[in-house]
Amino acid sequence: MLTIDNLKKHFGSVKAVDHVNLEIKEGEIVSIIGTNGAGKTTLVNLISGYIKPDSGRIQFLDKDITYAPPYVRIKLGVGRSFQLIQLFSNSTVLDNVRIALFSKYGMIRRGLLPADRYSSVTDEAIKILDSFSMSDKKNLTPKGLSEGDLKILDIAIAFALKSKLLLLDEPTSGVATNDKFKVMDSIVKAIKKEGISTLIIEHDMDIVSGYSDRVIVMHEGKVIAEGKPNEVMENKEVKATVFGIVS
Amino acid sequence: MVKNPRWIVYSLIFIALLFIPRILSIHDLMLFEYGITFAIVGLGFNLLLGYTGLLSFGHGAYFATGAYTVAMIAKYLPQAYSLEILIPAALFFSMVLSIIFGFVCVRHTKIFFSILALSLSMLLFALLFKLYHITGGSDGLRVPLPTLFGMSFKGIRRPEFLSGTYYYFLLGMFSVSFLVMKGIVNSPFGKALQAIRDNEVRAELIGIRVRRYRLYSFIISGMFVGLGGALWTFVNGHVTADLSHWVFSGEIVYMTLLGGFGIFEGPIVGAIIFTYLKLYAMGNTQYWMFVIGGTLIVLVLLLPNGIAGAFAGLWTKIKKGVEET
Repeated sequence: MLTIDNLKKHFGSVKAVDHVNLEIKEGEIVSIIGTNGAGKTTLVNLISGYIKPDSGRIQFLDKDITYAPPYVRIKLGVGRSFQLIQLFSNSTVLDNVRIALFSKYGMIRRGLLPADRYSSVTDEAIKILDSFSMSDKKNLTPKGLSEGDLKILDIAIAFALKSKLLLLDEPTSGVATNDKFKVMDSIVKAIKKEGISTLIIEHDMDIVSGYSDRVIVMHEGKVIAEGKPNEVMENKEVKATVFGIVS
Repeated sequence: MVKNPRWIVYSLIFIALLFIPRILSIHDLMLFEYGITFAIVGLGFNLLLGYTGLLSFGHGAYFATGAYTVAMIAKYLPQAYSLEILIPAALFFSMVLSIIFGFVCVRHTKIFFSILALSLSMLLFALLFKLYHITGGSDGLRVPLPTLFGMSFKGIRRPEFLSGTYYYFLLGMFSVSFLVMKGIVNSPFGKALQAIRDNEVRAELIGIRVRRYRLYSFIISGMFVGLGGALWTFVNGHVTADLSHWVFSGEIVYMTLLGGFGIFEGPIVGAIIFTYLKLYAMGNTQYWMFVIGGTLIVLVLLLPNGIAGAFAGLWTKIKKGVEET
C-alpha cells in the first residue's frame, strides 16, 4: 500500500530522515519507535505532505506522491493526526468532524445552503463520533474537552477523511496513564472495523506491543530494526539505542 | 428558518425598517442610508476578518471601485446609467480587482497580508488621484440620479429620491446581501473558511486548499464592499479618490471592530453607530478624531468583542442564569 524508497530530509547538518526504506501493507498496524529526534515525526510529515523531501520516493497505492500537495494525498486516502493536537478551536466537536467530511466529499465549495441542511453528512459525523464514544459531546467546543477526548477528536477528524492509511503521531501523549488504553481501544476498534492501514508513532512500549502488527525502530534518521514487537524488543541494538540497556 | 427566534427578530427588524422613512427626518434618513451602505461593506469585510482571519487595511480600494464604476459610467456611458446595469457592473469590476489584488495578498497572512492590502489600495488611490482627466483627480466625479428599469428621476431632488424609491431599493439590496452572507457563513464553504481561520495547518491537512479558499473569501468580500461603494455613491452624490486611501480603509476596520467581528450582526451595528458617531462628532467639535480615537481605545479595553458582541455575551449569561434557576 505504502512504499518508501530511499527517502531523505536533512535540516542543515541534522539528518532528520536519512535514506529510509519502508513498506506498509493493507490493514497492517505498524508502530514507529525511537528516541526524541530519531526522525519519526519528520517521516510522518513527509508522508502526509506537510513537508517535502530532499530526495527519495513515496508511493501510495502505486501512485508517486513524493511531491504531491496534501489535498491530493487526502483524496487518495492518506490521513493523519498530530502529536500536538490540531483542532478547529471555535467550532463544535460535530463541526470539527463535519468539516473533514465536507472536504472529503468535495462539498466545501457549496456556499449558500447551511451546513445543517446536509443531513447525511451530519448523520455520518455523528456516527463517527459514536464509534469513538463522543457523540454525547457533539455540541461542545474543544475548550470543554479533556485531554483524552481532544486526542480522540483529533483522530476522529483524520478518520472522517475515509483514509486508507492513517498516520497517528503519538496518539496517547498527554493522555492520563489510566486513559491510554481506553483511548487506544476506541481508536483500534474503529480502525480494525474499517480495515485501515495505520502507522503509529508511539513512545509507550505497552501500547506498541499491545496494538501493533509490526514495529519499526528509527535512530538518527535511519531505520535500525524492524519486525514483530517481541522480536524488536529483544534486538540488542534497539535495547541499547532506544531503551539505554547495555547487556 | 422561522423556528429560530433569531429569524423572528430579523423579520421584525425588517418590518420596522420599512417604516423608517416615515419616522426619520430627511437628514437622519440620509445618515441611516449611509449606515446601511456601510453595513453591506461591513458584512463583506467581516467575511475576511471575522470568518477567515485576515485583516485588510486596503478594502477602501473595492469600495472605490464600486463607487467609481457608477461615477465613470455616468460620465462616459450615460446611456447605460441605470441601477440594474450599474449594480452588476460594480460587482463585476470589484470582483476583477479583488481577484488581482487578492491573488497577491493571500500569499501571505497576518501583518504582511495587511500591509500588502494597504499598499495595493494606495496604488489605486494614486491612479485615481493622478489620472485627473479620467477620474477627476482630487475633485472627484459627480454622481447624478440613476434610472431604474426605465423609470427616470429627472426633476426630482436627491433628498426626495433618497427618501422614496431609493430607500426601498437600498433596503432590498441590504436584505439580499444579509441573506446571501448569512448563507455563506453557515454553509460548508463558510465552515471551511472558519477552519482556515482557526487552524491553517489542520485545514490544509484535511484537504482544504487554504490559499485558494482565502482568495475566494477575498473576492466575495471585495464584491460586497464594492456593492456597498456603488450604493453609497447615490446617497453621497459625489466620489473622490480618498475612498481608496488607507484612512478610509481604516474606517471600515473601525466600524467592524465597533460592532464586533466575532458576531455576524456586529459589523452592521458598528456601521450604523459609526455613521452617526462620526457625523455628530464632526458636527460638534473640531477634535472629532479625538472622539473617534478615544472611542476605539475604550472599546478595545472594555468591549473587545464590540458592542454587538458585548450584548450577545450578556444575553448568553442571562439565558444561562435563567436555565440554572
